[in-house]
Amino acid sequence: MDFSFIRRFAPMYFDAARLTLGIAALGILFSVLIGALCSVTEYYKLPILRRIASAYVELSRNTPLLVQLFFLYFGLPKLGIRMSSALCGVVGLSFLGGAYMTESFRAGLEAVEGVQREAALSLGLTPLQSMGYVIFPQALALSVPSLVANVIFLIKETSVFSAIALADLMYVAKDLIGLYYQTEEALFMLVLSYLVLLLPISILGTLLERRLRYAGFGD
Amino acid sequence: MTEDVLLSIRNLHKSYESGNAILRGIDLDVKRGEVLVLLGPSGCGKSTLLRCINGLERIDGGSIRLDGELISGNPRELPKIRQKLGMVFQSYELFPHMTVLENITLAPIRVQRKGRAEAEREARELLLRVNLSEKEKAYPRMLSGGQKQRVAIVRALAMHPEMMLFDEVTAALDPEMVREVLDVMMELSERGMTMLIVTHELAFARAVADRILFMDQGNIAESGEPEAFFTAPKTERARDFLGNFLFSSKKKGRE
Repeated sequence: MDFSFIRRFAPMYFDAARLTLGIAALGILFSVLIGALCSVTEYYKLPILRRIASAYVELSRNTPLLVQLFFLYFGLPKLGIRMSSALCGVVGLSFLGGAYMTESFRAGLEAVEGVQREAALSLGLTPLQSMGYVIFPQALALSVPSLVANVIFLIKETSVFSAIALADLMYVAKDLIGLYYQTEEALFMLVLSYLVLLLPISILGTLLERRLRYAGFGD
Repeated sequence: MTEDVLLSIRNLHKSYESGNAILRGIDLDVKRGEVLVLLGPSGCGKSTLLRCINGLERIDGGSIRLDGELISGNPRELPKIRQKLGMVFQSYELFPHMTVLENITLAPIRVQRKGRAEAEREARELLLRVNLSEKEKAYPRMLSGGQKQRVAIVRALAMHPEMMLFDEVTAALDPEMVREVLDVMMELSERGMTMLIVTHELAFARAVADRILFMDQGNIAESGEPEAFFTAPKTERARDFLGNFLFSSKKKGRE
């Protein structure tokens, strides 16, 4: 192992990790918003919106992220819609993540007993307040394990961004291998970078789950 | 005389989607301060009647008036109407992610726009009345069933309802906890709260009720003073129903 190589290119990995994390963070934020909205249309069985939401979930979950990115990056410009590769990354990740988050929230909402909603309504809360103060917080807590899994999954998925010329971790590794043929070092740094990014999130997620289960309100 | 009628139900009909008629033309007047106990076999429509009153079930015919104001078939006004009707459920339905105090103050703060300090002061006064002052910071899962149900009653009272609806509130409790909940309800009735109670606690019904309503197959089959109802029920159905709670003693070696 050539440590001088590692020392020399570590800053590149650092920058790439920041980019990866930045895009992942935005993508995850929008995923959560999309997921919350779509799952609520399902929970309230809103006539048309619910259909649209479920069509979206099926489309998104049954096509690979790489294909979705190619569509955004190479397909849409043909229709006159041009986005930078970073924007494509955020949009693509949100599109994919939104569907997974929808499923997580949906399962959480279903696990909250219907009579909790009745109890909230009977106190005079509007349907929206019942959702916001009573149902959703409980559903969120119940969804935490699968939400954490989704977050990790989505960060890992960013590795396909290199295919649309985004200088993420994977891109930097491939680039260095192409330039210097120092495959071992480049890949070692790549694995290490992902571990450094994901391990804390995974540990944090486990702690959060435990806290919700014991200190919070779960049985 | 009509001004002291708080709740007035006329010809109330309710069927489920399967076509099963569950309420078949209920007529009922509840006077202010009156305590009514609904008795009847399961499936007779007692709980459905309560749920129709505060709009948790849609009705298929007839009218419900509160304070002379038509409240049925008026979905927009439901949140406002429900503030006047406190409901307590069999399964307590405290919000598990909130402390006792937060459970009680949620609606006063968010619905009635009270200040937090005022809402909390009122909540503490009510908790004191049900002997749960030391539990205000507890989460529901840390409470016994009887304690949860007392908190649920306080939560409904915190909205200053004009009437309380109790839907089999002791049915899920261990026997030794039933009493503490019934005592709270008894105290409420003594303070002049208008109450509509669905229960299977006959001794309690007899003690608390101003009037017993016996429901059967979606109708009010009998209505009368508790003493009269329990000692000399007018209908065959009511006699059969009360008979279910009697046991003749049968001990070995005494034949």
